[in-house]
Amino acid sequence: MTAWFNREWPWYVAGPLIGLFVPALLLTGNKVFGISGNLRHLCSAIVPGKVEFFRYDWRRAGLWNLVFLAGVLIGGFLASHLGTSHAINISPETMTTLSKLGIHDFTGVAPHELFTWQALLTLRGFISVVVGGFLVGFGTAYAAGCTSGHAISGLANFQLPSLFAVLGFFAGGLAATYFILPLVIGRL
Amino acid sequence: MTQTSLPEFEGCGVASGEQPELRPAFLPIYLLLGMAFGFILTRSEVLSWFRIQEMFRFQSFRMYGIIGSAIATAAVSLALIKRAGLKSVSGESIAIPARQLGSGVQYVAGGTIFGLGWALTGACPGPIFALIGNGVTVMIVAVVSALAGTWIYGWLQAQLPH
Repeated sequence: MTAWFNREWPWYVAGPLIGLFVPALLLTGNKVFGISGNLRHLCSAIVPGKVEFFRYDWRRAGLWNLVFLAGVLIGGFLASHLGTSHAINISPETMTTLSKLGIHDFTGVAPHELFTWQALLTLRGFISVVVGGFLVGFGTAYAAGCTSGHAISGLANFQLPSLFAVLGFFAGGLAATYFILPLVIGRL
Repeated sequence: MTQTSLPEFEGCGVASGEQPELRPAFLPIYLLLGMAFGFILTRSEVLSWFRIQEMFRFQSFRMYGIIGSAIATAAVSLALIKRAGLKSVSGESIAIPARQLGSGVQYVAGGTIFGLGWALTGACPGPIFALIGNGVTVMIVAVVSALAGTWIYGWLQAQLPH
């Protein structure tokens, strides 16, 4: 494998490649690129209960997407095993800011202070993983889409609802970054 | 809610209003495409909490370049597909179903709630799964919690403003 294959890819390579999933899925089986629907399909498959939102044929609607999602996991595994492991090369400003907040380990893809099984037992790890995960699941279901479905598929199709959703993504992300994370990382 | 309302839900990936076909023969293609996506999420470092922090703090162009060029590529591809009137390999006319804005509350409120979770976990749904593949196995807990969030939304759906 050549060096470029194993190192991080520049934005102008990665971005267009991600964008190509929209035509690739449409041209294959007329499918719309969007990951978060899988959370709904999994609920429908595992615990539909008496909730109307989950009473549909998840195999016909979403098996293709669940298979795609399984691929995402495998692709992540392959990439991490084929590559040379290195720290994420973030900007010095971000490193300084995060150090001040209390993040000191920059070796992983996500900070070990928050995203390990041991850290899960701390309040800040619990908030990052469990509370964060819950908000991702609730929010994407409420907004009917996530970064892939709204920001990429939706905006590429010039859909106003997706623009509203993406503005929401950033409003929430900025609020969490500037007001919640300093409390979570710094004090807990 | 029945199958007919599924096209409203973009994440479900149902592109036409018709009852989608299962088409098992296509599943290996989706697996390969998913693998490519997981690989790209890793190499682009889009799955990294650090990159998401850098983005929300406006300290690097990288994530904006990735998302922006992804949208541009998708938009140009879509325009070309529409212009050429292409059909999918499965034989359907290609169309992304229109979404109704309504009051917009669903998109702004849901989007903001997801945004909070995006910054806290440092990952959107795709990257959460790619992270598990990358060995950040504690993200399995984030998946379970996200499923709980989706389930609670489904349960409360009728009570929430849309």
